[in-house]
Amino acid sequence: MFENVSRRQFVTGSAAAALALGLVGCGGNGGGDSAGGGDASGAIKVGIMGPHTGDNSSYGLACLNGAQLYFKQLNADGGINGKQIEPVVYDEKGDATEAVNAYNRLVQEDGVTGIVGDVTTGPTIAVAKASVADNMPCVTPSATAADVVTYGENYFRACVTDPEQGRVMANFAAEQGYKNVATLYLNGSDYSEGVNEAFCEEAEALGITITAQESYAEGDVDFNSQLTNIIGTNPDAILVPNYYQDDGMIVNQARGQGYDKVFLGVDGWSGIYGGSENYADAANLHDCYYCCAFSSSNESETATKFVEDYEAEYSETPTNFCALGYDAAMVLAGGLTAAEEAGLEPGSEDYKQAVIDGIADGTVEGVTGSIAYEGTGDPVKSSLIISFNEDGSEYTFEVLDV
Amino acid sequence: MSEKRPIISMGGRGPASGGARRTLPMPARYAINAVVVLVLLILGELMIDGGAINRYQSTVLEQVGIYIILAVSLNIATGYLGQLPLGHAGFMSMGAYGCSIFIIRVSEALGVGARDFVTGTPMALVVVVAGLIVGGLCAAVAGIIIGIPALRLKGDYLAIITLAFAEIIRVVMLNIDDVLGFELTGGAAGLTGIPGFSSFLLVFGCVAVVCFLIHTMMKSRHGRAILAIRDNEIAAEATGVNTTYYKTLAFVVSAFFAGVAGGLYAGCVGVLQPAVFGFMKSIEILVMVVLGGMGSMLGSAISATVLTILPEALRAFSEYRMIAYAVVLIIVMIFRPQGLLGSYDFSLSRIIERVMNRDFPWSKKDAAPAADVAEGKEVSADAER
Repeated sequence: MFENVSRRQFVTGSAAAALALGLVGCGGNGGGDSAGGGDASGAIKVGIMGPHTGDNSSYGLACLNGAQLYFKQLNADGGINGKQIEPVVYDEKGDATEAVNAYNRLVQEDGVTGIVGDVTTGPTIAVAKASVADNMPCVTPSATAADVVTYGENYFRACVTDPEQGRVMANFAAEQGYKNVATLYLNGSDYSEGVNEAFCEEAEALGITITAQESYAEGDVDFNSQLTNIIGTNPDAILVPNYYQDDGMIVNQARGQGYDKVFLGVDGWSGIYGGSENYADAANLHDCYYCCAFSSSNESETATKFVEDYEAEYSETPTNFCALGYDAAMVLAGGLTAAEEAGLEPGSEDYKQAVIDGIADGTVEGVTGSIAYEGTGDPVKSSLIISFNEDGSEYTFEVLDV
Repeated sequence: MSEKRPIISMGGRGPASGGARRTLPMPARYAINAVVVLVLLILGELMIDGGAINRYQSTVLEQVGIYIILAVSLNIATGYLGQLPLGHAGFMSMGAYGCSIFIIRVSEALGVGARDFVTGTPMALVVVVAGLIVGGLCAAVAGIIIGIPALRLKGDYLAIITLAFAEIIRVVMLNIDDVLGFELTGGAAGLTGIPGFSSFLLVFGCVAVVCFLIHTMMKSRHGRAILAIRDNEIAAEATGVNTTYYKTLAFVVSAFFAGVAGGLYAGCVGVLQPAVFGFMKSIEILVMVVLGGMGSMLGSAISATVLTILPEALRAFSEYRMIAYAVVLIIVMIFRPQGLLGSYDFSLSRIIERVMNRDFPWSKKDAAPAADVAEGKEVSADAER
């Protein structure tokens, strides 16, 4: 009977069908409003958001895995106050607009009581601004920009900021007695520039001379000219505050030029050796130190147990971001426990405030160290200095307490 | 250009269709459209206030409005002027940064707090409107700088040069702080502290104003000249149209409205990072225009709406939604390469006139002469594309 359908009629038909589907989709959105707090089924709804596709997906997925692992374990232990945690997961593709939409949807349509997210800085700032009006308790595993926690008292982070890492490394350099330090950072990256700036400031205050500050552009693979300049100033150490792909190339090229002194790094170094790929030769990684919240080499009890559990669940070694996702979930759960113990109605304003107060006042023994908040959304926590064995494996050089 | 008869029918009155056809006077047409727009705006606002539309949906609606402005403004350069610029995101970012920096600085100087923007005090409203205009002007200046050299080129070459200019804008946004030595755009970390001034009323008020301005421009002498250049540049030049001037004009107007949309975007999201305004953003906007039909404002608006809502409506199937999005594009391009609506444009007054003349599609035979003239003209305009 469809033999005589012309193309025009087909197009009209399919357009109508598409429109109808779209309308049905929109109509469907309106249906979930009554879910507020998810208390009817006795479960507590918690949102997890992050970039699960696109350029930053490796961080987003790592945080997601960590957070989901924690909630799974918590549910297996009987949940909070006998209630199971029900995570709702949304992808925001690393885009601020999508992140705001995902946030609004979590709050308005799914009725979550707390959110683990967002993961990267830009989208997190957008979410933080939107969340102030709702007083929605949020814990970001990994957004390091200072702004994130300044909009309202409802936003917390599980990691330390970029500048804080720079200061930690400057103190470490002073402690090790380095007199002259050069830096090589990625131009146009807030992470790399932020660490570099704070490091230089703190180092100069501590009496260290910054001999050179070289930069390179996104996508560069040849760092020899910058390294020649740097090595010409004869530094005791070089700070390379970037992500592991670049760090690996820089270390290899510098060793190739005959530089055999110290490299300093920050948590972007995590995964430089022994992960999915080896970005630097094991022989070149001597005298490299970086600060990090978590390392699978850490021998503390909680960290070892986390590594075992994570490997059993996902059959891969957890990264720094997995641990931060796990801890962010733990921080949020701590707040939820406080609110549940007070016997408040999920979804009410008092409940949200109780969660926020619970997070602010509580101390959580996370896998990345003990996390406490002293009146701000920034955690006060210990950090690890990681170095490398001759075979490239990591070991914990030092634990810096607060 | 002293010719009074339209070169291409944009709908409505065929002058030669005889005295029997009843028409609406122009003031009545404008009044009817203005009333309809006002009613829709008030209805939307009431639904948001009443809670029938929750904040998630109204935020998505705001984004729909912003994309409508972007698509409709790009439509001037692609659909009406017939060029292929790939740098619309560059103008959007100029407007976004210009508008937000202006608003941040001025509200500081005048002591307007972030709360005032949310509640909408008159002072804040003035600052926002001024900010949007400043954003538009920033983008328009960029449009002039880019347009004058770029519009000497055609087709692929123009596409590539506009693409390059948009990248230049993005890289300038990224690095200008280091050059100036003080904080302006915030570099890679992004510009923060932008008050959330975008609301449903503001965004859709802007949509209405932008659509009205573009519509009247296209119906004026200047719009006709732009259409003439699209249809045949040599012929247009031979009849005395200053092609360089009109090409630049169309380009700059397109940039101006993109800047306004950028300002609204900044107020909606609250943080600007140069990375957002990359090449893919330009492509996204171009896809909306091409999908809706180049040269059709209604088409641009509809496809901007559908393509903004579709990924949200499919959020539940997050892994598959990008595939669905792509499949929709492929199907439309195979079965309707001229876009969903071709170059058809919607006119409420035309429909009212048809009703007044009892000239319905199903009663075609009875009202043959008058209808055929109007119909025939549109079809020919459609076929030319």
